[in-house]
Parts: sequence; structure tokens; C-alpha cells
Amino acid sequence: MENKAPIVEVRHVSKCYHRGSQIIPVLQDITFDIGDGEFLALMGPSGSGKSTLLNLIAGIDKVDAGTITVGGIDITTLSEMDLARWRSVNVGFIFQFYNLIPVLTAFENVELPLLLTSLSKAERRAHVEMALRVVNLLDRMDHYPKQLSGGQQQRVAIARAIVTDPTILVADEPTGDLDRVSTGEIMELMDTLNTESGKTIIMVTHDPRAARKAHHIRNLDKGVLDSDAHP
Amino acid sequence: MKIPFSYSLRNLWTRRLTTTLTASGMALVVFVLAAILMLAQGLEKTLVETGSYDNVVVIRRSSVSEVQSAVERYQASIVETDPAVAIGDDGKRLFAKEILVLITLPKRGSNQPSNVAIRGISEESFRLRPQIKLLQGRMPRTGSAEIIAGVSVVKRFNGAEVGESLRFGMRDWTIVGVFDAGSTGFSSEIWGDADQLIQAFRRPVYSSLIFKLRDSAEFEIVRKRIENDPRLTLEAKRETQYYEEQSKMMAKFLRILGISLTVIFSLGAIIGAMITMYAAVANRIAEIGTLRALGFQRFSILIAFLMESLLLGLSGGLAGLICASLMQFVTISTVNFQTFSELEFAFSLNGEIIVTALSFSLLMGFVGGVLPAVRASRMNIVDALRES
Repeated sequence: MENKAPIVEVRHVSKCYHRGSQIIPVLQDITFDIGDGEFLALMGPSGSGKSTLLNLIAGIDKVDAGTITVGGIDITTLSEMDLARWRSVNVGFIFQFYNLIPVLTAFENVELPLLLTSLSKAERRAHVEMALRVVNLLDRMDHYPKQLSGGQQQRVAIARAIVTDPTILVADEPTGDLDRVSTGEIMELMDTLNTESGKTIIMVTHDPRAARKAHHIRNLDKGVLDSDAHP
Repeated sequence: MKIPFSYSLRNLWTRRLTTTLTASGMALVVFVLAAILMLAQGLEKTLVETGSYDNVVVIRRSSVSEVQSAVERYQASIVETDPAVAIGDDGKRLFAKEILVLITLPKRGSNQPSNVAIRGISEESFRLRPQIKLLQGRMPRTGSAEIIAGVSVVKRFNGAEVGESLRFGMRDWTIVGVFDAGSTGFSSEIWGDADQLIQAFRRPVYSSLIFKLRDSAEFEIVRKRIENDPRLTLEAKRETQYYEEQSKMMAKFLRILGISLTVIFSLGAIIGAMITMYAAVANRIAEIGTLRALGFQRFSILIAFLMESLLLGLSGGLAGLICASLMQFVTISTVNFQTFSELEFAFSLNGEIIVTALSFSLLMGFVGGVLPAVRASRMNIVDALRES
């Protein structure tokens, strides 16, 4: 695959966790780029720091050292409030356990990120319906999460992630809670989003089958990133 | 932008049992608060409605009520001739010299003695209180030992029916009629001829003078004339003001009692709400992390949880208020501290009580919810998402 202009630039990022007086290094001097429209899989054993790295790129955690630039903005310099605003526009989240709000319908869950925009109600409705159409769940928009299967819930979560047309999609073990069939469906969907809509996807996974859909696989071990590899 | 209101509302509905139990605690507190405020309001309303704005009550200076007042006969004559006293169509002055004494009568059911006010009236007393209607029997004859009883007295005391007789002031008094004065204090009195009662109770003085103003605007002039006359040691008040003052002490006592009880009870309800809201936060940590990750600010999370707690308080407040509003159909009687006589009155609900009760329920919701809401808003996103 040809090299594309980087949309994410990670430079000398380090991160430690504190457990009492003990300091546990999680990421050590990580430097790499993610091209625009790239589908990257981050793999590695448990505790290797891949989720931490994803959280830092998504702007929900803070680096101890280094910089992360996404779409030309150095997110490590943003205040908490600015970072929240930035996330609402630039990041779509896909979680392992879907993280849908149980008291809201599929439609309302997908609409949530749009409440942070200045769109009118009618515009929000149009966006939500389009996102649900992409994940093929328009007929289930009035269903609550508990009325949907795991695969369907994850598709609603994907619709929520793409509804604002974010700069990057971050997915943390998106197939970790799904059966084989649903895993296949979700990965097909993510592949379509990447190939047809040009979405940049950064995915943390343990599942080699899921990683096969990615353009690049980067392995993390004990907080250190290994060399680039193609699936 | 805010997290949708439906999020808070549906979360309460999802936890129906917990919500109901917590709201019930708050409802109980609001019920107690509203009921006692309604009691105080009912007392005030009854006494204030007893008076007429155009009537003037004259009592001895510094006496708190008619019971403690004494007006000499010569003083009564001086006031009676005041030019501000209205004159009726028949040319008579609308002026009454009255006496108020207390007797004890056995209450229906318990047979326990309780104070009842006996009002000695003049010919013009009825014309000064047009709200009084004779329900049964006839008016008492001047110069006779005949009395008429207010409808509340008949209802609450033994031996007060028409045709029965009561013994007081070393005489037997025949009840010849029953009158209704609406929801006023007069309904809790027995009326008879003033001069007969003065003799019976060996009181050479009247308790009060009542007259209608020729022109209502003249009140201040009359008041100054009466209060500045060196022959008179009297004070004049509009009848409405007089009865309003009669209710003050009791109403104040009821309000202080109500607020004290409510504050004590509300501590329990607030702790209940706090436990419920802490549990709500603990059960929704991953949700909070998700909302924060999506871009909702800490303040939005704070408001969403606070809204939930306020809704909890409001639902308790509405339930308590609905129960309290049913108390309007209940009438009770109690001894008014200022007149020492039994007074019957109904619980009365007004806009101010509704606002106070609902505000208090919202306050309980706020106090109970603020700490859990702050906790929710201060959560670290990554830690919260780990709870998935």
C-alpha cells in the first residue's frame, strides 16, 4: 500500500502509571505515523500498552512526555475542555462492550454525539438515519440496546462513531465480545468504512482474523513498538 | 449542549423500585411540611375571614384579645356617639357593645371539657356581620336567657342542639337557634344577649365595641380620635386586622413546629436520596466514561445527575403535595393560644404553600444529589471506561 500523508503523528510519547509509590512504565518513547485513510491494527499481549496508546491518540488520556498531532493539531497542548470539544468533532469511538446507553434507543444513542454540534433537530435526524442506514439498522432505530443482539449493538456503536464524520475512528477490541459470524460482519463493515468512505481507523485487537482487515499491524510489547508489518 | 433530559428521566424509570422508595421518603417529609403549613394557613384564613374591613373593633389598650379587654360603659357611650359610626336605614347606629367570656363544655365523643367562647351581643351585632345565617330555630330575644349556637359548636360539643339548655353563669340558658358563619371564627361561638351575660358573669364592663365605618377611608381619623381621647384608654383596629393578629401566635407556632419537624425528617430523606444517587453513579460508571469520551463536558455530566436527583425530589414533592391536598377535606378544632377558646378550621392549601413544598422537595433533591453528581463529573475517563 502506498504511503499517505500522516493524519496522526506520535512523537517520543511516554506514559507511566502510578500505583502507590510504584511507577509502572506503560509506553516508552513511541514514535510513529498513521496515514490519512489508513487502517492500522495495534496488537500485543495484555498489558503491552496498546489500549493506553489508543486512549492517548483519542485524547482521553494525557501523555507524560512527547506529542501527538492529529489532523495538524497537537492534542497534548489542549486544555481538558478543548480536548472534549476536539474529541466530539474528530474522534469516533468503538468499544469492546459497545458502551451504548441502555435507556436510550438506537436512534438516540447515535444522536448523542450530534447533540454537541449546532445541527438542527431535522439535520440531526437526517445524519442519524444515514449512519444507521450505513450499518443496515435503520429498521431497528427505535429499539433499545437490550432488544438488540451483540453484533447489532456493535453496529449501532459504529453508527454512533461515524455519525459526526470524525477525522479518526478508534476501536478498542471491537470484536472482543462477539461470536465468529458477528465478528466477520463487523470487520466487513469497518473495512467498507475504510475502503469506501476513506475513514482512518486505529484498532486495538487480540484477534488475528480481525487484524487481517487492517493495512498495517503494529505490535507493542512492554511499551515498546516494533517495526511496521503488513497483514 | 446538555445530555438529553430523557436520559435522566428514563434512568429514574429504569430503577422504579428504588426511585419509588426514595421518593416516598421525600413525599412523607413534604406531606408533613405542607400539612402543617396548611394548618397554619387554615387558622389564619378562618380568623381573617371572620373580620370585615369596614368594621372597627375597639378594645382596652394593650389587651391582646377581647377576652382580656374591658371597656367601661361610659367609654362605650363616648365611642358610640363618634360621627364616623355608620347609620343604618332605620336611623340606628351600626354599633354593638359586646362581651366575650369563656365557658367549658364537654366535647362530643371524648366528653372532655374544652373552652367555648360565649359572645354577648347587642341588637346591631347581626347587622355588623351579614355573613351570619340562621340555620335552625330563631334569634334570641333581648333580655332573656336565650342563646344561639354556632354550627361548629353544635357539631363538636354535647348539649348544644336547639331546644337543649346549657348551665353557666349560675343560670340555665336555652338554645333557641343554630347559626352558620361560614368558615369564620364566629361558627365556633355561642351568642346571647350581652346585658344578660354581663349580669350572669358579674362583669360590669363590655369586652369590645364593634361599629361599622360611615366611610371606610375615615378609619385613621377615628383611630386617632379614639386613641388620643384622654377619657378613653382604648385602641381601635379594623376588624380584619384584629382577627389577623389573633391568629399570629398560633400560626407562628404551627409554622415553627412544621419547619422544625420537616428539617429533622428531611435529613433522613436527603441521606436516602444521596444513597440512591451514589448507587446510580456506581452502576453507570462506564456510561459516564462513554459520555465523557464522546465529548460531553464534566459540567454536562454534573447537570444530568443533578437533574435526576431534582426529578427524584420533585416526584416526591408532588406525591407529598397530592396527599396533603386531600387534607383540605378535613376540619379540625384546637384551642387558639390567644383567645383560649376552641376554634374549628380546615386545612387550607394556597399557591405559596405549593411553591414552598415543591421548593423544599427540590432542595432535598439538590442536597441529596449534589455530592454524587460531583463524583460522577470528576471521574477519570479511562478509569470509568475500564468499568465496562
